[in-house]
Amino acid sequence: MTRILPRKDVVIVGLGWTGAILANELTDQGLDVLAVERGPWRDTATDFNIGYAQDELRYSIRRDLFLQPVVETMTMRNDPSQTALPMRDFGSFLPGNGVGGAGVHWNGHTWRFWDSDFKTKTNLTNKYGAARIADLQVEDWGVTGADMEPYYDQFEYLAGISGKAGNIKGQLQEGGNPFEDPRARDYPNPPMQMTYAPTLFAEAGRSMGLHPFPTPSANMSRAYTNPLGITLGQCTFCGFCERFGCANYSKSSAQTTVLPVLMKKANFEVRTDSEVLHVDLASGGKSARGVTYIDSSGEEYFQPADLVLLCAYGLHNVRLMMLSGIGKIYDPNSGEGTVGRNYCYQTNAGVQVFFDDKNFNPFIAAGALGQTIDDFNGDAFDHGGLDFVGGAGINCIPTNGRPIGTRPTLPGTPKWGSAWKKATVEGYKSTLSFSSQGSSYATRANYLDLDPTYKDRFGRPLMRMTFDFPDNDVRMSNYLCDRMEEIAKKLGGKQYAVGRRKKGWDSVPYQSTHNTGGAIMGTDPKRSAVNVFLQSWDVPNVFVIGASAFPQNAGKNPTGTVGALAFRAADAIRNQYLRNPGAPLVQA
Amino acid sequence: MRTLAITLAAGLATLCWTSAIAADQADQIIRGQYQAVLGDCAGCHTRPGGKPLAGGLPLETPFGALVPPNITPDSETGIGNWSEADFRNMMKTGIGHNGVRLYPAMPYPAYTRMTEQDISDLWAYLTTVEPVSNKVEANQLPFPLNIRLSMWGWNLLNFSETAFTPDPSKPAEWNRGAYIVQGPGHCGTCHTPKSFLGADKDSVFLQGASLQGWFAPDITNNTQSGLGKWSEDDLIQYLKTGVNAHSIASGPMAEAVENSTSKMTDADLKAVAVYLKSLGSDTGNAQPAKPDQARMVTGEAIYRDNCSACHGGDGAGAGALFPALVNNSIIAQGNTETLARLVLAGSQAVHTQHARTTPAMPSLAWRLNDQEVADVLTYVRNSWGNAAPAVSSGEVAAVRKELTQ
Repeated sequence: MTRILPRKDVVIVGLGWTGAILANELTDQGLDVLAVERGPWRDTATDFNIGYAQDELRYSIRRDLFLQPVVETMTMRNDPSQTALPMRDFGSFLPGNGVGGAGVHWNGHTWRFWDSDFKTKTNLTNKYGAARIADLQVEDWGVTGADMEPYYDQFEYLAGISGKAGNIKGQLQEGGNPFEDPRARDYPNPPMQMTYAPTLFAEAGRSMGLHPFPTPSANMSRAYTNPLGITLGQCTFCGFCERFGCANYSKSSAQTTVLPVLMKKANFEVRTDSEVLHVDLASGGKSARGVTYIDSSGEEYFQPADLVLLCAYGLHNVRLMMLSGIGKIYDPNSGEGTVGRNYCYQTNAGVQVFFDDKNFNPFIAAGALGQTIDDFNGDAFDHGGLDFVGGAGINCIPTNGRPIGTRPTLPGTPKWGSAWKKATVEGYKSTLSFSSQGSSYATRANYLDLDPTYKDRFGRPLMRMTFDFPDNDVRMSNYLCDRMEEIAKKLGGKQYAVGRRKKGWDSVPYQSTHNTGGAIMGTDPKRSAVNVFLQSWDVPNVFVIGASAFPQNAGKNPTGTVGALAFRAADAIRNQYLRNPGAPLVQA
Repeated sequence: MRTLAITLAAGLATLCWTSAIAADQADQIIRGQYQAVLGDCAGCHTRPGGKPLAGGLPLETPFGALVPPNITPDSETGIGNWSEADFRNMMKTGIGHNGVRLYPAMPYPAYTRMTEQDISDLWAYLTTVEPVSNKVEANQLPFPLNIRLSMWGWNLLNFSETAFTPDPSKPAEWNRGAYIVQGPGHCGTCHTPKSFLGADKDSVFLQGASLQGWFAPDITNNTQSGLGKWSEDDLIQYLKTGVNAHSIASGPMAEAVENSTSKMTDADLKAVAVYLKSLGSDTGNAQPAKPDQARMVTGEAIYRDNCSACHGGDGAGAGALFPALVNNSIIAQGNTETLARLVLAGSQAVHTQHARTTPAMPSLAWRLNDQEVADVLTYVRNSWGNAAPAVSSGEVAAVRKELTQ
């Protein structure tokens, strides 16, 4: 028995970063907006209470804020010849849950992708020839860096990003990233005050002719009031960002930048603890009529709406499209279908440098407090003589010194017992870590679809993830590891250790919650699921907003681009779509 | 039948008004709407999320619960059957339609000072509000207080119909402020100590009083317990936005700011500030005894662990986000009910057009016992230039008990 509810202008699935941004923009437009959120309501003082917000066991080890696999998991395998099995626990990546989504428990690295990233296929083909990328399935995004600039700017000012511009209107800025695209103006806040480890890292890099700069951070370098009139506080460097909510109003999230205004609007409503089962399509499948959701008591509702925005985590957007029949599911054999195509990840590796005579005080930290070197990222360097495309940012961002998780030890140290204890005492304060965050380029056989066997608690098929690190990306990561070794040697220290990326993606150890693609944007409806405004090619009154739209992932964290795409989609809906609702903004 | 006749008459009148008269009538309604802001009618008579003025949440008084009634012009459940004279009498004397005696939770002891014109304007506005059918049982007092005639005796002892009398020796601005504070603004309803019968004690006008689990602080110009360290601009900013360098409105005052003071004109806020800054003196402000040093040491340790991340090691706070604990009028009040409540239960700041963040203090009741709360409050009340009597664990225990009931 499904209860039918009064219609809304807009229903938004998920109230995280993108849902909050879209809801705020569309309520400003005068629309009646409902957000349906699977997880609970969460707010700073009530849920990230200063007295227990920094409970490492509860939040980091037991992952209290994250999506639990009993609610939704997925199956995984490395290649199509294998039988996928369900992840009984999330490990490699940790999707968010509840109001604020993964934006509650992120570190706060906030990047802009470059014009060359948006033109990956054209750029690489022009520079190195089509044969060079024959084993990849990279695509252009259908937008330029200049198209995206105003939307990045909007997101950075909403979120109060602390950083140093490297290029303002074509003028290179001392101390910023010389490889970034031109931006209209500097970041809203100055960079954070550096701690010791990134300072040393930057000195070493600079002495090698590299170009270190402060990582753009969503941890506040000072108190900041955003354009909505919402104030964030100065970060206290407590070192509890990733996996935690911020108790000090110092990390940007939907809670600290949008919700105080949004929740006061009479034309906005959120229904929490309510899971959307599918989008309901009209007969013929060319338009959406609303969504069906189920609340925590098991009651089922049909919510009619004129416009449906999928703003869940990128992976969940893709699954909802598949469960709802929006677009055709990708088939790697025929290459047909678009939903699930070009699933990508992040190709990371890390280095530890061990010292005897240094004290880094690692507990003085913040999630995005550090230095980055982009000399080997994306299109910043010539790949002519190299055997790969893509690259990575090299980041020295010591995010925390938490007592359970941060226990660096010399290679060869036992994993437990008194020798391990002694080594952790020696290593805790005197180890410097940095890492490469590498691009992840699409291949034909890395994709998402529905699992033929395993179902969720409502009987719906789980999503199946088929993924391994492409050879190209492993070669890229190895090259970056060689560059990182050079920096490690320059830093001195008694010893260093390099963790290289190998084939055989393992879903158990944590790697990165940067899952991208599956509902990619583009200009060709045969190769993309949504157009350049994130509007479904197949069902034009559905927009799919998130990292699901990335045709491939760059060597950078995705949130800045996700936020910019959200503002761009909102702009397109407000200024184009609403003039002729239900019509495609781009003719196929 | 009578209702119908009035409706018809009103309809006929609407049709027959010339445009000039209609414009005059509209002006009166707009003025009346502002009177409803000054008087904060919505604060009591509108339920959160409910239809405007269709009845509010119960007021817990020391004598029992009273529910603010539906004052929309619905003839069955609202005041649609009232005449303007009924309304005027109610505001001036506490006796409403059909001679029903009101309880002074309806602040007619303050409204009695309103001018005939302001009351008439307010009535004109109330007749234009959307009528809502919502039956409210206002009187939920225990016997014998539930007998409304008992208010005959109360009024005899505690009330007389009064008009506001301007002080000709003071400037017009001061008199305007006095009128708002004493009349429509009814500040004393919360901020003036009450006698055992619940009447305002005029000798200690606005010097702070306890209500609904909060202590409404001293808002005279007393330097130690009142607003003496605040400038007029500080006060105006607080009333307009809910936030200034010294404090952030929370609890019942947050509602008053949201519904009423943030919507007042700048001129009226200035007048209120001028008037409040003229009240009270510092005479008789004995410096409180220094608290026990051991408690200060304990309190400081608790403060560093629990409070300093937001309020700062020096109690300076952080602008509009975390209130300063220095020169914050809440800190030095004689009554520590609000302070203990804030630590135990937490509180969320007011939302206004000018202060939209609504930062909140988390509850620490689960983490700090009564003695620890008392120690940290004692430390805060006697640091960075603050000076106020030590807090006992018993004061905290009483608030904790009330919160858990």
